[in-house]
Amino acid sequence: MSLRSLLLFAVAVASLPASIQAQELPPAPSSPPPQQTPRETVTGSIGNERSVIAVPALATPQAMSTAAGDTATLGRQIGDVIASDLDRSGLYRPLGPGSVRAITFAEVTAPQLPYWRGSSSAEMLVQGFVRADNAGNLTVGCYLYDVALGTELVRQGYVVQPADWRRAAHKCADAIYSRLSGEAPFFDSRVAYIAESGPKGNRRKQLAIMDSDGANHRFITNGQSLALTPRYSPDYKSIVYVSYLGSRARVYVYDVGTGQQDLVTESTNPTFAPRWSPDGRFILFSMAVAGNTDIYRIAREGGSPRKLTTSPGIDVGGSYSPDGSKIVFESDRSGGQQLYIMNADGSDQRRISFGGGRYATPEWSPRGDLIAFTKIAGNFRIGVMRPDGRGEKLLTDSWQDEAPSWSPNGRILQFFRTSQGASGRSTLWQVDLTGVNERRLPTPGGIDGSDPSWGPVRP
Amino acid sequence: MTRNMLILSVAAASLAVAGCAKKAPATLPPEPVGTYDDTGTGDGVITNAPVPGSQADFLARVSSDTVYFDTDRFDIDGEDRVILQSQAEWLRQYPNVRLTVEGHADERGTRDYNIALGERRANAAKNYLATLGVDPSRISVVSYGKERPVALGSNESAWAQNRRAVTVTVN
Repeated sequence: MSLRSLLLFAVAVASLPASIQAQELPPAPSSPPPQQTPRETVTGSIGNERSVIAVPALATPQAMSTAAGDTATLGRQIGDVIASDLDRSGLYRPLGPGSVRAITFAEVTAPQLPYWRGSSSAEMLVQGFVRADNAGNLTVGCYLYDVALGTELVRQGYVVQPADWRRAAHKCADAIYSRLSGEAPFFDSRVAYIAESGPKGNRRKQLAIMDSDGANHRFITNGQSLALTPRYSPDYKSIVYVSYLGSRARVYVYDVGTGQQDLVTESTNPTFAPRWSPDGRFILFSMAVAGNTDIYRIAREGGSPRKLTTSPGIDVGGSYSPDGSKIVFESDRSGGQQLYIMNADGSDQRRISFGGGRYATPEWSPRGDLIAFTKIAGNFRIGVMRPDGRGEKLLTDSWQDEAPSWSPNGRILQFFRTSQGASGRSTLWQVDLTGVNERRLPTPGGIDGSDPSWGPVRP
Repeated sequence: MTRNMLILSVAAASLAVAGCAKKAPATLPPEPVGTYDDTGTGDGVITNAPVPGSQADFLARVSSDTVYFDTDRFDIDGEDRVILQSQAEWLRQYPNVRLTVEGHADERGTRDYNIALGERRANAAKNYLATLGVDPSRISVVSYGKERPVALGSNESAWAQNRRAVTVTVN
């Protein structure tokens, strides 16, 4: 399977047609620089004030068949994916290929702005093209125009193998989202999670992976052994997770390319709650010895684990700060579960959560500014606080929301929601930092899911 | 408090034993060897006697294969001791039988933590069996956290039944 075939072009793309290269408008000077986004508030608007973006089907200079269908059909599909991504961001209201007129190839670089001003409420216009070359690759062009000002805000091109056309769409959506919001991109990313099915008393739990929008889904384990708590490595090459293969809990490192998996460490003791270091060189895991659980660190290649905690309580989980210098983890050494921070070598352990209730599953934002957690106070809710323990904010309010995982840009959290009662159903959700934009994540066939692990933006 | 509700609903038989004989040595296994139908559909007919030393025999002759815990706790109390004493008694008769103690938690905890909590519970039961003379090398432990509930409701009664350590013989 071809993975890294995508090549991101800079502003001027040598292989783009001359007519497109000729269009060299400077970025609109009136658009606000991204850095001016206020820190403590999430970008974009709340409620119904989402700005409208027209996304007509991408044009093609000449309909050609490819391994993924003809370029005209692909143009429409790519437009659909871009519109769907922008909608999922919660910040925009896209008008996709199904609701606006198609454009011609010539229009791509010469947008018919009077038409868009007059016939739609769109403030922004996304246009693009799909072209197949003789080598069997696709070139996808992506343009963003400010309808009122007539300025070009984004111009990018991507060369992909036909099978990877969705990645070109995600890259385009990422470029638009970043340009308009000032935030880092996140659409072109993947998610590992646990697919669940069957009765509550004996759920089948399989490791599975998919794109951030639920596409390109694949089961990795067959469900014969319980699989839990996966974490994608930062390079997407491996997944650490817990398997009950052999009827006991142990952490495995699964190689996505080869399908091989290895124990994270050889031990007769159970190992669980695995986490990667930000550089992918280390793995944290928890191990219970005679009933007492502590956190250990081991090199990706193996070797001797180093014990980081020593309390007689349960010390479990752990999430590195983005610079790798600190770890936030969960411990019940004071009675109930609370959040603690320590240096990466285990030194200087101190408690940071002091609100009522218990705190679990801390995850440090890739931006470094916040720590997400599960708050247990009656119900389970997803919340965030600053690394100094202040500024606590709860984002969800349901019976049982658990196990947040950050989007690559630290703006959205995925988690899972368990329903009350005998059905035991669990579903994947995401919520942004305002707590307003909450939605269910699609899974194929609506299969149940838990333990989402959101990986970084792909290169 | 939840403990009492639990006992009433799940282990009524052992309550009598535990209630009146807290510190007494186990008032030992129900005399009739063999399982009797307690599903309410029959009338207590004696079924085929299980093979001595088998899991069925174990289930028939111990006061319970399961001990229960309070929320977030893993201590072995008086009722648990009576149950574990009956298990130890049986295990003394079959010194070659190995066993696994499975620790479980209710659904009102997070997944990672509940695996750790189930470990604590299973080890607490194992350690008590060891103090009763069962060779700890015969006992393995596994925690299923909250992944394998026996009671499927989302209420105190169901959670009380799920906070448990279950002894299973291994042949």
